Amino acid sequence: MDVIDTLAGIAPGSRMDAVRDGRKVARTHAQKSYDVLLTPAAPGDFSIAERFAVAAYVAGLHRAAPTVAHYAAGLREHGGEVLAGAVAAAVAQTVAEGPKGAYPPGPLSVEDTPAPPFALSPEVAAALGPKLVAALAHTHYLVFHPRDAAASRFVPLKEAGWTEDGIVSLSQLVSFLAFQIRVIAGLSVLAATP
Amino acid sequence: MPDTAVPSPVPNVFTRAQIGWVPFVEPLSEAELTPHHIAALIDAARAKSEYFRLLARDPDALEHRTRTDKDIFYNPEAGAPRADRELAAAAVSRFNGCIYCCSVHARFAATYAKREADVDKLLAEGVGTDIGERWNAIVAASVALTAIPMTFGPEHVTRLRATGMDDLAISDIIQAASFFNWANRLMLSLGEASADRPPNGAAR
Repeated sequence: MDVIDTLAGIAPGSRMDAVRDGRKVARTHAQKSYDVLLTPAAPGDFSIAERFAVAAYVAGLHRAAPTVAHYAAGLREHGGEVLAGAVAAAVAQTVAEGPKGAYPPGPLSVEDTPAPPFALSPEVAAALGPKLVAALAHTHYLVFHPRDAAASRFVPLKEAGWTEDGIVSLSQLVSFLAFQIRVIAGLSVLAATP
Repeated sequence: MPDTAVPSPVPNVFTRAQIGWVPFVEPLSEAELTPHHIAALIDAARAKSEYFRLLARDPDALEHRTRTDKDIFYNPEAGAPRADRELAAAAVSRFNGCIYCCSVHARFAATYAKREADVDKLLAEGVGTDIGERWNAIVAASVALTAIPMTFGPEHVTRLRATGMDDLAISDIIQAASFFNWANRLMLSLGEASADRPPNGAAR
């Protein structure tokens, strides 16, 4: 059983196991995506503890119980209790609803909705450190209001020490989790609705 | 001339027309691509795309993303028709607000289903539009999975089933909608849609 099976409660030989096998390549490479984004052999300048901190934050913002517990446990294992506590506090301080944001000015501007704020207490920011604070701010925008994209969004990341390679890996991690969390939620409902 | 007649350099409406994309973060140059990067592109022609040369900065993540994508959308064995999977991608892109992704997958949905008018209605009116029960059910399920917090529930599965979908077809809609929550975030954040640049082959 891979992570999606485990968190969606899909047992070997079950009806949903056969459904997943109908898209075997996607099944295999969704898991490999998880492996290379969370526990890569060469993490570069984006450490495994930082990856699980971002993942626990993304899962927390989506508040789907099985994935929240999985990534919180991963963060405790790879980053320790203090960091796990700081990320849980960051979730509580910044949780919001999505998708929101503004379109390029024009006919769609009537659909614009204000971006939810991202503000951490000084204690939580200090516990996370500037590199992770910049990553979580970027993550909050990617999760809730990605249509507010701008080249200027990368300035605080670079100032906090993120390289271009690290920025691509961070973007892939958050975006992959947006996929994985939804597959788990969707397949869980399908499993329970025969 | 009124302002509205001046084309915006950044597309500001949903469209099925081909548009371009320009990166915010520097892609690798073609000369910098190692055999590892080229293998991760899967299709060698993608070395011409700035989007894929940017994602190649994390080659392993790119490779597994691409293989996941292709099976969810292109696997022809049973399940949901290609048009339905593309509609889910277009609906998620419309709801999240990715004008570039929406243009590509609205084009595919319209082409495979031969339902240009219904796709244009989705683009113009948004995800609350009425384009017939089967497509309404797919759009509603895709939106419910995309919203945070997610609102996808048994009623969405029951409604999809009532249109004749089996478990694998419903799973295809779930995976297609979920995948576009991945794709939209990369395409929206790492660059922007552009009317000035020719299409770059960045399909998703």
